[in-house]
Amino acid sequence: MTDSTTGPDQVTGATPDNAIRNADRAEDGPVLAADGKPLKASLHRALRREKLRALGLIAPLLIFVLVTFIAPIADMLFRSVENQIVTETLPRTVAALDDWDGQEVPDERVFDALARDMIVAVEEKTHTRLGSRLNYETTGISSLFRQTGRDVDDVGELYADQFIELDEAWEEPMTWATLMGSEDYLSEAREWQARADEGGMFFDEMPPSFELRDGVSDVLPQTSEMFQQFARVMREQNGEAPTGEEPWNITYLTLYEDLSTYTDAADRFSGQSAELIEQAAQAVDGFETTDMRQTFLDIDEDWGSAETWGTIEAFSSPYTSGYFLAAADLQLTPDGVERQPEDQRIYGLLFKRTLFMSMVIMFSCIALGYPIAYLLSNLPMRTSNLLLILVLLPFWTSLLVRTSAWKVLLQQQGVINDVLVWIGIVGDDARLQMINNQFGTIVAMTHILLPFMILPLYSVMKTIPPSYMRAAKSLGATNFTAFRRVYFPQSIPGIGAGCILVFILSIGYYITPELVGGTTGTFISNRIAYHISTSLNWGLAAALGSILLVVVVVLYWLYDRIVGIDNVSLG
Amino acid sequence: MPATDTADAFVEFDRVQKSYDGETLVVKDLNLSIGKGEFLTMLGPSGSGKTTCLMMLAGFETATHGEIRLDGGEINNIPPHKRGIGMVFQNYALFPHMTVQENLAFPLEVRKIGKSEREEKIKRALDMVQMGDFGGRRPTQLSGGQQQRIALARALVFEPELVLMDEPLGALDKQLRETLQFEISRLAHDLGITVVYVTHDQTEALTMSDRVAVFDDGRIQQLASPDVLYEQPENSFVAQFIGENNTLQGTVEEMSGSRCTVKLANGETIDAVPVNVDRPGQKTVVSIRPERVETNLARLGEGAHTLKAEVLEFIYMGDIYRTRLRVAGRDDFIVKTRNAPDQPRLKPGETIEIGWLPDDCRALDV
Repeated sequence: MTDSTTGPDQVTGATPDNAIRNADRAEDGPVLAADGKPLKASLHRALRREKLRALGLIAPLLIFVLVTFIAPIADMLFRSVENQIVTETLPRTVAALDDWDGQEVPDERVFDALARDMIVAVEEKTHTRLGSRLNYETTGISSLFRQTGRDVDDVGELYADQFIELDEAWEEPMTWATLMGSEDYLSEAREWQARADEGGMFFDEMPPSFELRDGVSDVLPQTSEMFQQFARVMREQNGEAPTGEEPWNITYLTLYEDLSTYTDAADRFSGQSAELIEQAAQAVDGFETTDMRQTFLDIDEDWGSAETWGTIEAFSSPYTSGYFLAAADLQLTPDGVERQPEDQRIYGLLFKRTLFMSMVIMFSCIALGYPIAYLLSNLPMRTSNLLLILVLLPFWTSLLVRTSAWKVLLQQQGVINDVLVWIGIVGDDARLQMINNQFGTIVAMTHILLPFMILPLYSVMKTIPPSYMRAAKSLGATNFTAFRRVYFPQSIPGIGAGCILVFILSIGYYITPELVGGTTGTFISNRIAYHISTSLNWGLAAALGSILLVVVVVLYWLYDRIVGIDNVSLG
Repeated sequence: MPATDTADAFVEFDRVQKSYDGETLVVKDLNLSIGKGEFLTMLGPSGSGKTTCLMMLAGFETATHGEIRLDGGEINNIPPHKRGIGMVFQNYALFPHMTVQENLAFPLEVRKIGKSEREEKIKRALDMVQMGDFGGRRPTQLSGGQQQRIALARALVFEPELVLMDEPLGALDKQLRETLQFEISRLAHDLGITVVYVTHDQTEALTMSDRVAVFDDGRIQQLASPDVLYEQPENSFVAQFIGENNTLQGTVEEMSGSRCTVKLANGETIDAVPVNVDRPGQKTVVSIRPERVETNLARLGEGAHTLKAEVLEFIYMGDIYRTRLRVAGRDDFIVKTRNAPDQPRLKPGETIEIGWLPDDCRALDV
């Protein structure tokens, strides 16, 4: 009776399990090593070397994966919420819009800010990018920004003319440079200029960074800020110093405004600059002025629409849910979150279709793959190896070739239709539509993903000894009962692994639906690819991708809850 | 119990042949009758065809030729699940996704036996193998011996009249094997079931069986009760395969009824019982069991043979002494003597006289 008394729970004495249990039970302090230090610490020290070695071995791969896989994915996912383009391109406008009521067209102040932002953006050539970004949300904004970009140069021209009329010195770049730049900067700029004249056309040294004169920002705050921007853009975009270029028209406008506010600005200057400022300060009261709001409305009347301003305001925060809302067929309007108009709700449909078709493909793969895997695992080794090569053969053929082959077979003038017409099952005028629709996608993808079902099934079935089926039959079960109650339950891990592989692969499949899917058989990934490569709306593509990832993770979690991930075996 | 003629045979193989490839026969002309309640063991080296015979009886292999009858009716074309034969496999074949209880319920469920009766039968079967407390366990939570008990219970739970066992103890350690050998034969006799047992372990075959069929090369070499098989092997294969055996090669000199004289390779002549030799001049192998040879000639009776022998090796094994000798030019002659006060402890290099009775010395085929 040796064995009946030594069941797993009755074993006494020194087994690893018992040792652990005893160690847990011990309450008289930590176990000590021979040198009196705690055993755990000694063990830790002994293992540290090994751990470091292991880490060193995997480090190259870890770094490779981090750099080429994790980081790009994280970056891509981040793009789905990132929205810094509005605040970066129109910082002043966004600030000015803070207390806008959202109903009327904003006031003059906002347009002033917009003018300054637009000038800088146009010079930096970022306004078209912003236009395209906002165009995802409200169509028409792209052309509005392009139109504005062409005409915004002229804003402030009237003031420039009046300053120049007052004194021609205002037309001179050096006048402005002397007024704004510090002495150090001016001397550096002069030296640079001298080197530039000497170097001729091969001179490529950047001009020195602009430095503002002390105190000038106190009396001419707007002007100095604008001039700084001007100097920065000149240097970065054109590689030139402000000493050689007439400032933007808007600078004259800011100077006009500063002088109107700080009438004693001239006190801070000396020499010719002081005279110029003094003279200008006295003259500005009599200047002819323009209405900035009207100027913009003249450029494009869309600036008068609350929708345009609503969009800018709605997307002015550095992070946005806009892409995710769009991916869920919702939109962010000034009135809050709303559903997209009926005819534009495509993503929900695409997600549902992707899930549905992936399911159909998965079940087709089980239906076709299970018998083959069963056959393979029950044939003698020689035959099964040969058949296994046939199963793997599609892997060695280009995906495009296989998909094109399906086109040849399934199209209306294709092989299958020809045969059906020839037999007389379908009429020549009623040839079946089997490609460029869901049917075509399902057929082609089932074919492509079939090996991913067969291989895990095969590897699991290979481990089920034939004696189980024999035992079941000897116990009185018919072939079917033996299969259903004994064989099938044991092959479930293979089905589970195959299902996960096929389903997850097909949910993100792109090339086959693109080629044979037509309009009704495309997947969400086709839309993602479209946004990545054609519409360049990466934010939306990232949001769609993130949703897809979440869906897959949730399904995986559900699968784990229902089937249990332990029940998955790849062999 | 042994079926002496085909009339009261329970299981019968009638001129059965089996070939897998159409070129060689794995089972060659098998004729075997097994009586009701008999414990018959098929013993043989691997590849001798014994397992194939068992599989044909179970219905997993079809006979190429001949008839297999069960309780008078031909079963060649009856599928395995309708034969009602219990079977125990070498790897136990317990369904890993079912508990012990579910495993035992399986044959009852497919026979559509009601729940209460089912539970009663399962309980009885588990108690029978002393595993009553293990019903809720999964097979993987059991030790090998426990699994085999469950497999046994499962094969018996639906009360088959015939149970086949395919090397059921092959994967167990020696001590456990001996315990279970005893239990299986006790159960078989208590329940009155017919058992066909396949093994390649001759001790197992000898201790458990009513009769043993020794297979070699697709044929039954000898079918007899264990004592006959051991003491009166009919050919040199059986003599070699069952137990330990000393062989001396020689030529038949003279035949005289129940005795023949054999001239050994070194010129000595000995008397032996002729088993399958029939004429003088024939080459023969003389077989003597190591325990029938005496080193203390005083213990031998009348008419004993004596021969000179040189001690090569003496091994003290506790209950017995095992001595290797050089006899008639062969240096693999083994003698086993009981550890008794009157038995000498030999030293290597000694030259001694050994002897045996001519009745224990059998002249077999080469």
